[in-house]
Amino acid sequence: MTTSAADTRSLVVEREMPHPPEKVWRALTERDLLERWLMKSDFAPVVGKRFTLHAPPMPNWDGAIDCEVRVIEANKRLSYTWNALGLESVVDWTLTPTKGGTLVRMEQSGFRQENHYQGANYGWQNFMGNLGRVLAETT
Amino acid sequence: MPAPAARVFSAMADPTRRAIFEHLCRDGEVTVRSLTIRARVSQPAVSKHLRVLKRAQLVRDRRDGRQTHYSARPDGLAPMVDWIGTYSAFWRDRFDRLESLLKEIKS
Repeated sequence: MTTSAADTRSLVVEREMPHPPEKVWRALTERDLLERWLMKSDFAPVVGKRFTLHAPPMPNWDGAIDCEVRVIEANKRLSYTWNALGLESVVDWTLTPTKGGTLVRMEQSGFRQENHYQGANYGWQNFMGNLGRVLAETT
Repeated sequence: MPAPAARVFSAMADPTRRAIFEHLCRDGEVTVRSLTIRARVSQPAVSKHLRVLKRAQLVRDRRDGRQTHYSARPDGLAPMVDWIGTYSAFWRDRFDRLESLLKEIKS
């Protein structure tokens, strides 16, 4: 599902899971469950809630991912910002009921919302377009 | 050795530095002076931006008498591109973990 970084600005991972949407939703939104498969956090399913996901620290990075809840639609949609290492991105979860369970879709998109960089006269979108061109020329 | 991804991202997070980098990608080797005229900021400011870009291995410099010429190193962007690839592996792994967790918990 992933195309090369040079020509896309989002990453999609999608999988059908043999569990009802209500159960998947719990795993996505209950803090103790979230910690068991994603990361430790102070997440709460409230629009506007700011929270931090704690990834293992690395050289030059303390592992903190700053997030804010944007959308909560129980058992259907969850969206939060995901800011870390200079990237301002958005993670969107969509749950669609299927015959055998739930289609779980995650889309992480970034490099596209120019207004995230206040006062930037060169938006990321422009930058990524140029990056694609530069990489195509170099190889 | 490429620069750490955090250094590349932080260098590229600044719009003036991105403009300088793009300018160097377009026009090849140029002097600080010629960059200063385009960037509409002072020469010391441009030099400072160039130092940050150099530390992130996004530009290289070449001295020629009293002039220093700068050029872009587009390959310096590799850590940024690799990082997005890393994310893809990250999410696939987390989907596996989510699936095993769902097996464990009762609905």
